[in-house]
Amino acid sequence: MALLEIDNLHAKIDGEHGKEILKGLSLKVNPGEVHAIMGPNGSGKSTLSYILAGKDDYEVTDGSVSLDGEDLLEMEIDERAAKGVFLAFQYPVEVPGVATMTFLRSALNAQRKKRGEEEISTPDFLRLVKDKAAGLGISQDMLRRGVNVGFSGGEKKRAEILQMAVLEPKVAILDETDSGLDIDALKVVSEGVNALRSPDRAMIVITHYQRLLNHIVPDFVHVMHKGRIVRSGGKELALELEANGYAEYQQDAA
Amino acid sequence: MPAVQETVDQVRSLDVDQYKYGFFTDIESEKAPKGLNEDTVRFISAKKDEPEWMLEWRLEAFRRWQTMQEPEWARVSYPRIDYQDLYYYSAPKRPTQLSIDDIDPEILKTYEKLGIPLRERDALLGIESTGGSKVAVDAVFDSVSVATTFKEELAKAGVIFMPISEAIREYPELVRKYLGSVVPVTDNYFATLNSAVFSDGSFVYVPKGVRCPMELSTYFRINERNTGQFERTLIIADEGAYVSYLEGCTAPQRDENQLHAAVVELVALADAEIKYSTVQNWYPGDKDGKGGIYNFVTKRGDCRGDRSKISWTQVETGSAITWKYPSCILRGDNSQGEFYSIAISNGYQQVDSGTKMIHLGKNTSSRIISKGIAAGHSDNTYRGLVSAHRKATGARNFTNCDSLLIGDKCGAHTVPYIESKNSSAQFEHEATTSKISDDQLFYCRQRGLDPEEATALIVNGFVKDVLQQLPMEFAVEAQKLIAVSLEGSVG
Repeated sequence: MALLEIDNLHAKIDGEHGKEILKGLSLKVNPGEVHAIMGPNGSGKSTLSYILAGKDDYEVTDGSVSLDGEDLLEMEIDERAAKGVFLAFQYPVEVPGVATMTFLRSALNAQRKKRGEEEISTPDFLRLVKDKAAGLGISQDMLRRGVNVGFSGGEKKRAEILQMAVLEPKVAILDETDSGLDIDALKVVSEGVNALRSPDRAMIVITHYQRLLNHIVPDFVHVMHKGRIVRSGGKELALELEANGYAEYQQDAA
Repeated sequence: MPAVQETVDQVRSLDVDQYKYGFFTDIESEKAPKGLNEDTVRFISAKKDEPEWMLEWRLEAFRRWQTMQEPEWARVSYPRIDYQDLYYYSAPKRPTQLSIDDIDPEILKTYEKLGIPLRERDALLGIESTGGSKVAVDAVFDSVSVATTFKEELAKAGVIFMPISEAIREYPELVRKYLGSVVPVTDNYFATLNSAVFSDGSFVYVPKGVRCPMELSTYFRINERNTGQFERTLIIADEGAYVSYLEGCTAPQRDENQLHAAVVELVALADAEIKYSTVQNWYPGDKDGKGGIYNFVTKRGDCRGDRSKISWTQVETGSAITWKYPSCILRGDNSQGEFYSIAISNGYQQVDSGTKMIHLGKNTSSRIISKGIAAGHSDNTYRGLVSAHRKATGARNFTNCDSLLIGDKCGAHTVPYIESKNSSAQFEHEATTSKISDDQLFYCRQRGLDPEEATALIVNGFVKDVLQQLPMEFAVEAQKLIAVSLEGSVG
């Protein structure tokens, strides 16, 4: 049984005349694997990540998604998080007045509570965050500031990876984590992600460009177009896309 | 958007039904005859065993009140109050303010249920287990103060902390000097009414140069049906004194509206400082807006001496209608006034609250931080006045009013008045209105927080700079209270 299994997923924007965005997408992800999903703008990549996370703005009209054999689509957003689904946002959201440290702790304890685990002790928590933050070059000052408030683009992305490191998900979805990053920031973030690769954890890396995949080397690459996966292959597929662009797919579809 | 629809549904289904203090204590009580006339005033005065001057003061107020009109300028609406259909005095039959063992056990139980230990040894136990600091409590039950803790210990420091009815008998010269000196008898309709029929409240006097050794607090409980509570509190910090005071309020859950018309007066002499915090959690009415307390309150502090300071902090989550503007008169040169407020409304609550900063002295400064949070079908108005007298050279004010809306059936309004008769005055005003966004909720929930935890976290972030002003023990309480009063307001 795959860790995450998406089968023939159809979804549209919620509402009477909502546009259909996913049109029969299937994907199997096993523990330890890193899957890259590439595709032109508007192919439905971000929508896929939102639907997996449970965002309200979409309606699944057909197909299924299971996590560890359980129906993911039946679960509340926070329940999915507690079961190990983590989304690194393309545009991380600001929460003014809530220190990053407080946010991390509330999130971690909320997840632990839902899983029937004890809350983490203060010293353990501080140690955990300190370790993980150091590797990502996140200062104590940043941890005291409001979540994502006044963070630069690079800081926001690093903070997302820090959250992922602290929450230790089973399936991490990285939505355009490379967008808005210069090459140095990209390296730091990629190293942070690579440090979290583990035989128990799967990752879905959504990106428009191949350059991220030089740093986070995937096991599989999928090309998404018009709400479906139209081609799958190994990491060399990304290079091919880099050379030829998405034109081929866009023509096919036209 | 679907999230918004869900929010609306949730608000409909849950709303303000979360009130946890809505129980009633069944005890025998003694009431004044229903209605209001000179006899009612005499009855209350006689019950309190008051000196003649006090009765005269009350009667004068009552005559004045009869000539006045109920104010209508606030952004609140309610059916006319029939002042003849109310009881103005209700007190437990068994004697109060005796040794703690003589107090009706039902009353002790009531306060226990509310988390307010009236036995000093229980209070101390609580402190040991939580690591908090000592707080002296005056417990006011309907129209009388039933117990006051740590009185002796405070007396050693020279601090007078007692029910005002007792102070009128024991320290008439102090009371006479200051009562009505900040909020004149004729101030406004509700204050004048209060002056005529006030029943109990706290009196605090901190002598010259004394830093009050513990937090003082008064806990107001309305219990009896059809009864108004007319609390009167007077706090005086003599030269160089310091005191921090907190009041809390709750009432049973009832279909009828009940009136709470209080007057609080603070006097800070030269170099004195008073911190006054309120956690107001009167019954807000049910989810359809039925019942609840009308909280029509006049609170004012007078920075009478140079370099004195008065700071109001309020967390307002209760009451069907709140009409309340804790204010500062900055009379002394270099005096400072502060107002920090969190006003949360849900259900059909109406809040019209704010402050007045009246700059009279030179180089006076004031600061206003107001956070209004509206959910459900509620209305939340900030109304404030900042004024500088022509002699108030160098007056400074900074005002920041933020409102947060949860859902789309509620309203937030800001009504600031600024009057400056002195060209050197510097007044700054900032105001924002925002909405808890679906994106923020989604983000928090994706990290594992359920909708209520997420809302509480976002709201706590929003009100953080006000919560920081509360004494530590109360900040934690207030934080919980905020979470409770917003329970179910977000889908």
